[in-house]
Amino acid sequence: MTGFKTLRSSVLFLPFDNIDTDQIIPARFLKTTAKSGFGEKAFHDWRYLPDGSLNPDFAMNREPGKSARILVTGDNFGCGSSREHAPWAIAQAGISVVIARSFADIFRSNSQKNGLLLIALDAEAHSALIKTIEADGSGILTVDLPAQRAEYGGLRLDFSIDAFYKMCLIEGIDDFGYLLKHADAIRAYEEKNGKL
Amino acid sequence: MAKAGLTLFDKIWNDHVVLEEEGAPPILYIDLHLTHEVTSPQAFQELRDRGLKVWNPKRNQATSDHCNPTRLGPDGTEHGSLIYADAQAKTQLLQQEKNCAEFGIDLYGLDHPARGVIHVFGPDMGLTQPGMTIVCGDSHTATHGAFGAIAFGIGTSEVGHVMATQCLLQRKPQTMRIQYVGTLPPGTDAKDLILYTIAKIGVGGGTGTAIEFSGEAVRKLSMEGRMTLCNMAIEAGARTGMVAPDETTFAYLKGKPFAPRGTAWDEAVAAWSKLKSDPDAVFDREVTIDLSEMGPMATYGTNPAMGIRIGRKIPANAEEAFPGARDDAAFRKALAYMGFRPGTRLGDYPIDQVFIGSCTNGRIEDLKAAAAVLAGRKIAESVRMIVVPGSGAVKRAAEASGLDRVFIEAGAEWREPGCSLCLSMNGDVVESGKLCVSTSNRNFEGRQGPGARTVLTSPATAAASAIRGFVTDPREFSGGAL
Repeated sequence: MTGFKTLRSSVLFLPFDNIDTDQIIPARFLKTTAKSGFGEKAFHDWRYLPDGSLNPDFAMNREPGKSARILVTGDNFGCGSSREHAPWAIAQAGISVVIARSFADIFRSNSQKNGLLLIALDAEAHSALIKTIEADGSGILTVDLPAQRAEYGGLRLDFSIDAFYKMCLIEGIDDFGYLLKHADAIRAYEEKNGKL
Repeated sequence: MAKAGLTLFDKIWNDHVVLEEEGAPPILYIDLHLTHEVTSPQAFQELRDRGLKVWNPKRNQATSDHCNPTRLGPDGTEHGSLIYADAQAKTQLLQQEKNCAEFGIDLYGLDHPARGVIHVFGPDMGLTQPGMTIVCGDSHTATHGAFGAIAFGIGTSEVGHVMATQCLLQRKPQTMRIQYVGTLPPGTDAKDLILYTIAKIGVGGGTGTAIEFSGEAVRKLSMEGRMTLCNMAIEAGARTGMVAPDETTFAYLKGKPFAPRGTAWDEAVAAWSKLKSDPDAVFDREVTIDLSEMGPMATYGTNPAMGIRIGRKIPANAEEAFPGARDDAAFRKALAYMGFRPGTRLGDYPIDQVFIGSCTNGRIEDLKAAAAVLAGRKIAESVRMIVVPGSGAVKRAAEASGLDRVFIEAGAEWREPGCSLCLSMNGDVVESGKLCVSTSNRNFEGRQGPGARTVLTSPATAAASAIRGFVTDPREFSGGAL
């Protein structure tokens, strides 16, 4: 994992609520033992027509969404399954930041483990961003993680974020090291509570 | 001021916090990690890459369920069935065998008589017990909360963390109590109850919370009904769902392979009996749901909250379906995908397939409920129906009481255990455009195959619908005596 501080990018705009993990990466693509190769499959059934060609109407297949590194979407993004293949697919498709009204819990947790920055905006800020992008989606969105601020088309949006998650993202560290550092405490807990 | 009482969730959580440092989430001890072939291979590889072992192997148990064909091979074995699996599925199943052998984890894999859908298998074996923390790389892990356990789904990174340390870094969720008023109306079961609940609170209504289900209707549910209820807590976005353990729980567990025995059993029951929310416990959210208006339920859209009583009209817009909701593009998109017109009824549309099975409704009571409707009847000629038992134990119990014959004589296919058409990654699919009445848990676009359309119902409703060829109230076949 590499550290994250700021990002400037065009916007992939999918302004729907409840986009579920089966849309992000259909289950039939999970039969691999690898952790790569999911980028091409992200949003597969929306992105490709039944004959396998690109769906020209899907925002990911045309600018500004095509080269975007920031996805802006609706409420409850990532609901459904626990598949970590969902944030893998999004990240491998080149997206580094997802901005939504809210995120499903397991998707949030999985994204945090993969350096994907999720920004949940409050209702007012989210609505303002959606309206601004609907009026003109060709702009550049700027995200400043240390300052917890996003800017687009003259809008300035402050966001809150879990302090531990923020630290992990900026430093590019993961849970393994943290947990293993406490191996003695874990063993002591097991001994005390009859878990061995 | 006296300290407020604790919720059931608080009590179990507090017992499992190993330590909590300033500025970091608590380290939570996990009593049981269940693992399957799909979400674990990258986690085993991560352990290999980091030179780590499995911390406490006996607290990790594996089975195979998502990718396996639900037919036996020509040689009469499940391993032999791998000729039906595509190369990737076969590789994934065989890789799981290698991974579990290398890391010392017990695998109830292909050809093992106990193999099954992981959330059916765990309770079958008595692995799932009150007061535990249980995780699995699968969102329907909340099923195990039916025993009064904290059980939640995790991703592959966390599968690695829990294998390497038996712990997870976890922020504590909020607590929410859903209190039901009244009892289940005739013709309804736990599946209708959870579909009704999700339709009320919304697909994100439980996000960030652990739900405790309570009230007379829950107390009267069997363990299997409670599992169906908790199983779909995730479909309301909840981290987990749970039911306080009671005599029903203990009676179900007694004698199961991994359940305590002798004096250990008595001690366990004494401890489990204390696992309930204190009378003065404070929940972050309280929701009361009156069951007097409930009936057999079915979904009409592409998320599990888009559900109505069978016989009612399909809502015209988001506001009509979910008072206060804005009429968003997603609602119209869902109806367009399903090919349903607002104001019509589900019964107006012919169905093509019926699926009975899954971690939601693949248990013996589910099969009995479906068989009770089908006994002595035939499914419609236009309908293809498959029945997939949740585990080896369920399959043997069904066959011992002749349920397999009821299904076969009605015109359905009787299969080997697995996830099958719940998520269609094992080769069982609903073809594009076809409409399937399914006892599973998700009606997302393409869930049962690209372009497939899914209506979620209870097993009795699915069976009644198979007979008629369209979504049907099961009371038409039982006079309300279900």
